[in-house]
Amino acid sequence: MSVQQFRLERESTINRSRVIRFWFNDTAHEGYQGDTLASALLANGVRLVARSFKYHRPRGIYTAGPEEPNALVQLEEGAYTEPNRRATEIEIYDGLRARSQNCWPSVDFDLGAASSFFDRLLPAGFYYKTFMWPRSFWMLYEKYIRRAAGLGRSPMEADPDCYDKTYAHCDVLIVGGGPAGIQAARAAGLAGARVILADERPGLGGSLLGEKYVINDRPAMDWVDERKSELSDMPEVCVLTRTTVTGYYDYNFLVANERVSEHLGPHNSGAPKERLWKIRARHVVLATGAIERPLVFADCDRPGVMLSSAIRNYIHRFSVLPGKRFVILTNNDTGYRTALDILDAGGMVAVIDIRSHPAGELPDTARNTGIRVLEARTITAVNYAKGTIRSVEVMQLSEDCTQVTGNAERIRCDTVGVSGGWNPTVHLFSQGRGTLRFCERNQCFVPDRPSRNNPVTLAGSCRATWRLGDCLKEGFDAGISAAGEAGFAMPGMTHEEDAVQDTDHHEPRPVWILPCEHPIGQGRKKHFHEMQNDATIADIALADREGFSSIEHLKRYTTTGMGTDQGKLSNLNALLALSEIQGVPMSGGRVTTYRPPYTPLTMGSIVGHDRRDLFLQRRKTPIHSWHDRAGAVYEDVGDWERPRYYPGPAETMHDAVQRECLAVRQSCGLLDASTLGKIDLQGRNCRWLLNMLYTNAWDNLSAGRCRYGLMLNEHGMVFDDGVTTCLDDNHYHMTTTTGGAARVMNWIEEWLQTEWPDLEVFATSVTEQWAVASLSGPNARALLSGLTDVPLDDASFPFMSCRNGTVAGIPARIFRISFTGELSFEINVPARYGLALWKALMDAGEEYRICPYGTEAMHVLRAEKGFIIAGQDTDGTVTPMDLGMDWIVSRKKEDFLGKRSFDRTDTARPGRKQLVGLLTEDPEFVIPEGTHVVKAMKNAPPMEMLGHVSSSYMSPNTGRSIALALIADGFNLKGQTLSVALMNGTGHHVTVTDPVFLR
Amino acid sequence: MLIITCPWCGQRDQSEFTAHGEAHVARPEHPEQLTESQWGDYVFFRSNPKGVHHERWVHTHGCRRWFNVVRDTVTDHIFATYRPGERKPEIKG
Ligand SMILES: [Zn+2]
Repeated sequence: MSVQQFRLERESTINRSRVIRFWFNDTAHEGYQGDTLASALLANGVRLVARSFKYHRPRGIYTAGPEEPNALVQLEEGAYTEPNRRATEIEIYDGLRARSQNCWPSVDFDLGAASSFFDRLLPAGFYYKTFMWPRSFWMLYEKYIRRAAGLGRSPMEADPDCYDKTYAHCDVLIVGGGPAGIQAARAAGLAGARVILADERPGLGGSLLGEKYVINDRPAMDWVDERKSELSDMPEVCVLTRTTVTGYYDYNFLVANERVSEHLGPHNSGAPKERLWKIRARHVVLATGAIERPLVFADCDRPGVMLSSAIRNYIHRFSVLPGKRFVILTNNDTGYRTALDILDAGGMVAVIDIRSHPAGELPDTARNTGIRVLEARTITAVNYAKGTIRSVEVMQLSEDCTQVTGNAERIRCDTVGVSGGWNPTVHLFSQGRGTLRFCERNQCFVPDRPSRNNPVTLAGSCRATWRLGDCLKEGFDAGISAAGEAGFAMPGMTHEEDAVQDTDHHEPRPVWILPCEHPIGQGRKKHFHEMQNDATIADIALADREGFSSIEHLKRYTTTGMGTDQGKLSNLNALLALSEIQGVPMSGGRVTTYRPPYTPLTMGSIVGHDRRDLFLQRRKTPIHSWHDRAGAVYEDVGDWERPRYYPGPAETMHDAVQRECLAVRQSCGLLDASTLGKIDLQGRNCRWLLNMLYTNAWDNLSAGRCRYGLMLNEHGMVFDDGVTTCLDDNHYHMTTTTGGAARVMNWIEEWLQTEWPDLEVFATSVTEQWAVASLSGPNARALLSGLTDVPLDDASFPFMSCRNGTVAGIPARIFRISFTGELSFEINVPARYGLALWKALMDAGEEYRICPYGTEAMHVLRAEKGFIIAGQDTDGTVTPMDLGMDWIVSRKKEDFLGKRSFDRTDTARPGRKQLVGLLTEDPEFVIPEGTHVVKAMKNAPPMEMLGHVSSSYMSPNTGRSIALALIADGFNLKGQTLSVALMNGTGHHVTVTDPVFLR
Repeated sequence: MLIITCPWCGQRDQSEFTAHGEAHVARPEHPEQLTESQWGDYVFFRSNPKGVHHERWVHTHGCRRWFNVVRDTVTDHIFATYRPGERKPEIKG
């Protein structure tokens, strides 16, 4: 157990009365409630926390927030484990376990880095170049590259946590609970608007948490506490903490992720771990703040180098001084603020300012306090050994900051703070399609014009307003105007000024990439601008030389900004480097588009409760419970769960399907056909519509008669089929395929509503209103006659007709139609009687050894007769003529949907793919469906491909395997021998036949 | 995620709707009289503009009515929605 030797005595947001014990890389540590993993590690002097992604360089904690590029850890173990978590955001809890990533065998000694093998192996554009390698080279290096690549490990078990999802609507959504955001919430709340204020941290305060500001003569956090209680008294204001707004989409739709219970540990709460908020706001206020911009210098990635604002954060928010001796490297006044805070906290500090003669309140105060200030200088080397910085070397900068001169001075230190000024957090604004412009004064991109779809106001440092007093006023005004836009105008409400002590700000000297004694890219020192993906300024130069000179190409070639941090620190410096290399001003350059999410989301959060049984509604027929008891094996057809076969004791699928197929043809079988799509059509113009929807003629179909039809799209291609029955002249019962029911319903509705609105046709889906038992086989009539009052003889109930009556006392509509080719009755009863009907049929069928059969036997039986399944034997490129079904296409009808396309050159040409049967040379061999048919098998591709096998089964009633295939010019190939090309590289001879195998 | 004003139900979330391509592509009255290229235009070709686009949507998880939307394909701004058969609004992008 190490002691917290870097912990300060002063007050902060941590709760010292609550000691937290946690493990990092199997070492036990202590911290306090309120610590992040990063602050607790720094309090314990742990500086080396990770290895870098590509070169396996040692890395430390660089920031105190979501912009952290380095300190990524594997949090927790087993099923709870999560990779790539930023140590700067994890709130510690008792028993927390985290470990370093990319380290083998350990963070302190890493073989990958020790060999420095990766340095030479992985230049910019590496992943693209691998595609140009000879295959043998890839085989040689693959195992090394695979070990090196990737961040962290995914859990191998199902996530045991639960996640929630919620929708919210508000008048004003405020993103960011810093000074500007708090003021905006207060103002909008006073105006009476419904407000959501979201902030990613555990508490409000934003930048004030990490600073030593005074508001109204009291510590700024007192002001925050007062405002917080004021907000909690407003019933229409909802404050969400630990909530990151990660996405800004059209029409002010924003997604936020709330970490509900993670800070309590994995086992400590019945609450969901995270909750995804989907928020629709009338108006949005972005008060997202700014992120300090790094300076890029020789070996600036060493553990112990960090943002100067992060140092202030650790001092003020966590009472941690993350070192003893500090050097601050800065190009602006902010660095001096950090130096003064370090001094105040008891550390030793020197400031290296790249500017000559820096003047102003902060530099003057620093000098007067006795802090050593080195002007017009930069760090040219970071001497790092045994896990800590020992010293830095400092040299004089040339006038233009491109070179260093003179002798190096060595300054002892263990921590380096860097400040390159501030970079507004414009991610959400840009995601919401707001445009950005380059601000010369501040040398950064600032929000320009919002999208007209997304009413938004910005306040505070996210629009480069730096002074606290200005941020407070701007926030309040933003709240007023946002509420006003949302319909809550408050004329005359003005901002009561808070008294704020603030200092002057001076613009940074616009230099961020600092030279060392050798040119960048030569020598051993590396200038990392992108730490998470290990990209250097030299890589940018290389990418530009190799022609990847647009920012979009460069980004991908060097992987700048492609990490989990999306380049929050690196993007701007990469743009700058590119503009310097190309000699183009920044204002003329393009900035890449920011994409959601702002910080990564877990899959759990995105999925929420929509998993397992809640992922997709399963549709079950009213007879499902019987299938369950019969031990049915199911298959998914659309959203339906249909019995595929009913295995008997010790039966394989093959055994069961063969038995079911034989039973249907020898005696009788029973199929649950309730899933068939059913559409009730009523109205004066039904017949006209049917004539348009189907290829055949419907004029003379009389009441009680059924007709089969093919439905085509306007391309002339088959997309569904089914039997439609005339119940009376203005009333029809249409059936569709199980999977096509919704598509056909939409197809009919769209034509009726948009093209033929004057037709009187009412289409109603009745799929779920009817349960259907399809009784099929030579004994079907004998069986059914004992249960029904409907005469079943051929004369009174002919094929393709429909009768009403009762079956087993249940009112029923019986269709004499057949998909098996056997005598069949499809008995439709109101859905609630489905199970009773089924049981009655099974009981009565006992004497005929009735056999329930599933979809697999149904497929075999129909294939034996050469009946197609739309969607299996057709794929949207097949006409009725291609199916050999010319007989169903009316010659007389002037028009129907798709008809004109028959005459298109491509549709009418000879040699199209046509549906034929295939018989294998070996009658026991069943060709896998999807197999390609070739003219002749060769040893290797290319071979002339003729088509593919669409259906293929072992057919017990013909005693051999059968297959249907779509083959070019198939009708003319009947009788010929072709080959099917199997996955194992061999072929099998097949003979082309008629698709009807059983007559 | 858009907000779409269904002419029958009012403002609803995009997730309730389905897009059905370009609007005002009328089915030719006498297909048999068309040349192959005229029929091909109707079946295969759409204007696919960068900017103002009149398109057909359906309120799938609502009233199940089809209607038309004028949307800017670049900005996703919706200028107007209207019922089938209503006059096509003239919008300048
Ligand atoms: Zn509607």
